[in-house]
Amino acid sequence: MNLNWIKIKNNSKISLLDIPILDISDLRIEIISLCRDSVTQDGIVLSGFRPVGFFGKDWGRGDTRLFVVLADDKNGVFYVSSALFKAGIREYDALTPEIPAFHMFEREFFEEFNIKPLNHPWLKPLRKNQDDYKFFEMDGEEIHQVAVGPIHAGVIEPGHFRFMCNGETVYHLEIMLGYQHRGVEKLMVQRPSNRLAESICGDSVVAYNLAYSRLMETIKGVSVSTKAQLIRLLALEMERAAIHIGDLGAIAGDIAYLMGASVFGATRTLVINTMLEFSGSRFGRGLITIGGVNFDIENEKIQRAKKTLEKVEKDVRRMVKTMLKNSSVVSRLEKTGTISTERAVEIGLTGLAARASGVNIDSRFDFFDKHFNALNVEKIHLKGTGDVNARFKIRYKEILQSFSIIRKIFDRLKDYEKEPVNCGYEVLSKENSKDVFAISVVEGWRGEVVHIAMTDAQGRLTRYKIKDPSFNNWYGLALAVRNNGVSDFPLCNKSFNLSYCGCDL
Amino acid sequence: MMILATMLVKITDLIIVLILPFLISGIIKKTKAFWGGRKGASVFQPIYDFIKLIKKDFVISKTTSFVFKLTPLVTLVGLIIAALFVPLGTGYALINIEAGIIIFAYILGLSKFFSLIGAMDTGSSFEGMGASREACFTSIVEPAFFMIMASIMALTGNFTFESLSKILENAGSYGVLIVIFGVLALFLMVLIEGCRVPVDDPATHLELTMIHEVMILDNSAADLAVISYAASLKMLLISSLIAKLIIPESCTMLEYLGFYLLTVFVISIIIGTLESSMARLRMSHVFEFIFVMSSFALIILSLTVTRMFGG
Repeated sequence: MNLNWIKIKNNSKISLLDIPILDISDLRIEIISLCRDSVTQDGIVLSGFRPVGFFGKDWGRGDTRLFVVLADDKNGVFYVSSALFKAGIREYDALTPEIPAFHMFEREFFEEFNIKPLNHPWLKPLRKNQDDYKFFEMDGEEIHQVAVGPIHAGVIEPGHFRFMCNGETVYHLEIMLGYQHRGVEKLMVQRPSNRLAESICGDSVVAYNLAYSRLMETIKGVSVSTKAQLIRLLALEMERAAIHIGDLGAIAGDIAYLMGASVFGATRTLVINTMLEFSGSRFGRGLITIGGVNFDIENEKIQRAKKTLEKVEKDVRRMVKTMLKNSSVVSRLEKTGTISTERAVEIGLTGLAARASGVNIDSRFDFFDKHFNALNVEKIHLKGTGDVNARFKIRYKEILQSFSIIRKIFDRLKDYEKEPVNCGYEVLSKENSKDVFAISVVEGWRGEVVHIAMTDAQGRLTRYKIKDPSFNNWYGLALAVRNNGVSDFPLCNKSFNLSYCGCDL
Repeated sequence: MMILATMLVKITDLIIVLILPFLISGIIKKTKAFWGGRKGASVFQPIYDFIKLIKKDFVISKTTSFVFKLTPLVTLVGLIIAALFVPLGTGYALINIEAGIIIFAYILGLSKFFSLIGAMDTGSSFEGMGASREACFTSIVEPAFFMIMASIMALTGNFTFESLSKILENAGSYGVLIVIFGVLALFLMVLIEGCRVPVDDPATHLELTMIHEVMILDNSAADLAVISYAASLKMLLISSLIAKLIIPESCTMLEYLGFYLLTVFVISIIIGTLESSMARLRMSHVFEFIFVMSSFALIILSLTVTRMFGG
């Protein structure tokens, strides 16, 4: 567009030296002018430019360089720019008042580098110092506080929820996370490995590992066989289908619709057990590696899997239809936890939650991928009402879509029977991996998993940045429960099903 | 001979009070397992759970006072006293006095009052929330219950539970209608007072959505055992009223016992099936559900008035 930005495609790299360095006030104006408007295409809202990366890097001698990556979903490219904070400069004008989608990003940047965004409306800890934080409070005779967590009933990750309620109605919810901050980004720089990448967020094993592997392949210039690419996409869709089915079951369980919980629970097991046959792990751990995949899928397994998944699809279809015909179910789902399209764009919702609110972004379709495009899949267009019902339905549609993708991949795998699944990655030239900036975005079941890496003049990793879709969407949950019954919170929460560890890192 | 018969009645009732509440929750769970395609635990599982809980050590929060410790006891004793006024398996109540019905209602009220303040005594925001929900629902259920009972009593001219079975004979075609609506209203009362779906979900782990379960979060060991037993006993007592309404008076004692057990089991299976086939209501819609019971009560009242004063 102009010299202030450099464009980069998904799964590609640019030289660090090519990234423009602007003055922070100029960068701010640039960002605001780009992000301000949402884009519509054929009457469907695609959010305009939205932040996928806003992070600092230590630039020596006490300086800090701020990198900004914006996604242009319509054209399928990312815009990258940066600003340099000299050692003495410890503040700048916050972007959040203009573009609320930066809310979490600026808090993270402030926490890591202690450079203060001035006039940030809600500058509070993201991952550290939870203990002495004073929660937002409301006054009034009828107002009462409900504190939930960080220890929950059941097998749930730690997170604290503070409700301001008037009787049964929630006026305000404040979410405090960071209880399991593990320093993943630092670890990824020190000793990056597939095993570490797939352990970052246990419910998106394939998505995280795929993003990491693609990023490393991009940096090191490793090519991957078509067969391996297809198996990777297969695993990604299997993961999506399995978790979505599990979520439908969890939503059914939350509204005490027992039959749904049982059927979806049983069918999810069939899907993850098929994954077990493919990779030796029900969640696909150890399947993907840099340079390809570790396991080939034999024809015999494909035939078995086809049969199983056919049965699963039939059961899921029937159960969802039964549920949506049941008035007691629909009355719980409809108009609960609503996020309007405008609000979704404003706060930068991503992934499934955004699509349910009518923002049709899906990085599988928006950012070109040769192997995915070859499958000829139609993007789902759902009139997003933004309530739990919409999030329920979009899951159902995506399950069916995933199954159709899986079938297509099964068919295509036959054509590549002779290809190797793993080329190894030792054969790489160090030359082109020096001083690079690379990005890889994978659409996990929850939304876009963004991995960004930078190397130094010796070709070593110096910064690894991860953004889980939960990072954007937690705030969406907080807004969704406003003016809903406090007893509907668990249902809203399940319909988003956000990751604690993906946000805490 | 008379004494022996009375003894038998008392022993039967004792066994019923001791065993049947467990069986009710066991059968409901088994039914849910059946509809969920699972094998499910034995119907006697609640008895094993009770024994297991009795053996455990107490964990009592330091913020609680004597009220908290008193609560399970009052709840249990209250329900057992209430049970004395209700005709159980033999069709005869152990204490059959005029106005037993009022004592019944207010003894239940007392035990509920204690379970409310016991919950609030813990100082937990969850339990306060549960207590406020429970208090709210009870205050709507109670007038409806009295309306039904008073109407039926007025028709039979006798203010005891035992006269419930006379309604079919005394009130003619009106009686049939009153019994139908009475059974429906009392069945809803079993769901509401027993905290079953669609009012409450006894199987959930989500504190924010609970009503009854959240009030006993802090109870442990024998206290918890006693409270869950008392909750099932309450369902049994209301089911017993349904049984008394529908079983004809001409039955012998043994026939009555058979019909009684059948009624209780059928009610449990219906509850289990209902829980498997529908979602629970949104909290704000629970009131509408309870008002259904109130409207049944009003129908019964108007039928009674029409019958008594001509129409």
